[in-house]
Amino acid sequence: MNIIDTIFKFNGGIKADTKKSVSTVRPIKKIKMPKQLILPLRQHVGKVAKLKVNIGEKVLKGQLLAEADGNVSAAIHAPTSGTVASLEKQLIPHPSGLPDYCVTLIPDGKDTWVEKKPINWKKIDRKETIKKISESGIVGLGGATFPTHLKLNNNNEVKTLIVNAAECEPYITCDDMLMREKSAELIEGIRLALHLLGAQNAIIGIEDNKPEAIEKLALLIKNDANISIKIVPTIYPSGDAKRLIYLITGIQIAKGKRSTEYGMQMFNVATIIALYKFIHCGEPSITRIITITGKVRTPNNYEVLFGTPLSDLIIDAGGKASQNGSFIMGGPMMGYKLPSVNVPVTKAMNCVIDAEPEMIENNNPVLPCIRCAKCAEACPVNLQPQELFWFSQSNQFEKAENYNLFDCIECGCCSYVCPSNIPLVQYYRYAKSEIISDRYAKEEADIARERNDFRLERLQREKEERAKKIAERKANTSSDEKSKVIDEKRKAITEALERVKQEGVSEKND
Amino acid sequence: MLTSVLVVLFLALLIGSILGFSSIKFKVDGDPIIDKIDSILPQTQCGQCSYPGCKPYATAIAKGEADINQCPPGGEDGVRKLAELMGVEYKPLNEEHGAIKPKSIAIIDEDTCIGCTLCIQACPVDAILGSAKHMHTIIEKECTGCELCLPPCPVDCIDMIAIQENTENWKWKYPVFNIKNQKQRVSH
Ligand code: SF4
Ligand code: SF4
Ligand code: SF4
Repeated sequence: MNIIDTIFKFNGGIKADTKKSVSTVRPIKKIKMPKQLILPLRQHVGKVAKLKVNIGEKVLKGQLLAEADGNVSAAIHAPTSGTVASLEKQLIPHPSGLPDYCVTLIPDGKDTWVEKKPINWKKIDRKETIKKISESGIVGLGGATFPTHLKLNNNNEVKTLIVNAAECEPYITCDDMLMREKSAELIEGIRLALHLLGAQNAIIGIEDNKPEAIEKLALLIKNDANISIKIVPTIYPSGDAKRLIYLITGIQIAKGKRSTEYGMQMFNVATIIALYKFIHCGEPSITRIITITGKVRTPNNYEVLFGTPLSDLIIDAGGKASQNGSFIMGGPMMGYKLPSVNVPVTKAMNCVIDAEPEMIENNNPVLPCIRCAKCAEACPVNLQPQELFWFSQSNQFEKAENYNLFDCIECGCCSYVCPSNIPLVQYYRYAKSEIISDRYAKEEADIARERNDFRLERLQREKEERAKKIAERKANTSSDEKSKVIDEKRKAITEALERVKQEGVSEKND
Repeated sequence: MLTSVLVVLFLALLIGSILGFSSIKFKVDGDPIIDKIDSILPQTQCGQCSYPGCKPYATAIAKGEADINQCPPGGEDGVRKLAELMGVEYKPLNEEHGAIKPKSIAIIDEDTCIGCTLCIQACPVDAILGSAKHMHTIIEKECTGCELCLPPCPVDCIDMIAIQENTENWKWKYPVFNIKNQKQRVSH
């Protein structure tokens, strides 16, 4: 074990009041079983999970409710035993405020597990284990919700596992509390992840504002030469993947490259513990830790079942779960306003801030950009936020892309420092959305063009084939017969013409 | 003197033959300007432009026979892009060719469908499945919303349904409201 203290500071970033201490005074809490659990079928990046149970069916805790549809998708399991009551569109935590398909589960109160099947990972083949993990429903619990099995399965040789324990965004403390209370599981999980990745060493990157967690972890890895801790300064956004890799290793991941191409893979601490629980205990992903903070009376971290109504947590924390309250999901820098408090806890929900309206609505007037370049100084990705803003607000998307709009991690540092109060990130999100939907429309148009071309070709081919058949039939009838047929036809035509002529004449005469 | 003339002659022949060869070998299929126009058109293949499809309309624009504002599915945005490509002034969509509608897809009422196959013959992108006398159904993903299958249906069992906004196709909106920026959020 060692604690490394040389760090490579990245450009930009901000030092903000972290507001973390309010939610770390009490241990992680559990609440009583909710009356119903609402499980959105898409809680991950990728395709919607496919429902595998019938309405009215009784299910056990940990039983598969919906399986991953294809590779980039994740399964959903029953967080407790009970009855599947419905599949319908319900409000979910999403910035759009639009409903999406959810399974409603009515708990029976018994909390009976299915037969758990721990995996003897030291005995069976690595690939085998990873395949099993693809059925675990585990996704990146730091908030990105990318299916974890995909990150374990890669073609590049991974030497180093980077454990993302930075938790750099203000207010959020779920990873900190998890490390304090489940440090042993985390270290076991890291050993497991090293094995699965075929990696040699692990580095835990953690901000210096978590001394308790650091102490606990350091004690556990005292005799382990393969795992080390790297304490990074509290500078937002140190927890961004590329920033943390740079802080720890001094390696800049080039544009368009992945960390695995540099022999590194990164997992968040909560994800590693979920992996541990799945392999060692046979428990799929059905719970997470969530920070409930802000204006609630007793800010706290909760270990909750997915699908738990957020309002239950807010009430437990002494908050006003009125519908017109303003709640931010995620942190104050990158989070978004929830459409309502009547949404379920999902895999992505790491933190909810009970915010006063003033925290969301801007009372200070937005002024024109004075090109002070403060934003550029603050940008940890070394972008030119003022240019991105200019091109985004004037719908010059191509130019925004040329200024590397898609490298923007939406960290919000630029908006944070802007003296003109411009909500810069909102413009970038808008521009990215427009570009992505344009790309999608283009893809659809390409498919339509192809199908239309194919159809025209097919029609042409059919026409030719028909013509060929007629010609063949003609050739087959003997020339004698043919001339007879033609003669008859000619005769019929001349007769008809005659008739028409005469009729015409008689009409004129009338 | 003579050698230099010969060298020049040789070079001329060589380069000429390379050029000649490559013009055969790397012959560009189709007309690049038509393809460029076609890539802007939405490929709905609806015929509202009064041409039998997007490609024929693109060809007509390239020849200068058609105006740039005849494609309602392409919308004002499409006209703008065509104007930029063709180096002409933007003009609003010609209403004679129809109004802009939200993108829709066709849905067959499968209880009413008599399986006459007329819609299949009308669909420009082969997005309808079914065989004679059997109920037909539309592949949602392939349907361009051209409405060409509506008129031929003898029992009027095809409806156009506008695509609803959902969590998948939802877009972040242009920031019109005063949204608190990050600093005010944190320091609050
Ligand atoms: S910080 Fe704000 S005012 Fe200054 S250059 Fe950036 S966008 Fe413009
Ligand atoms: S939000 Fe984007 S542009 Fe602004 S500081 Fe962060 S990375 Fe840079
Ligand atoms: S009007 Fe219809 S057929 Fe004509 S270009 Fe537009 S989408 Fe294509």
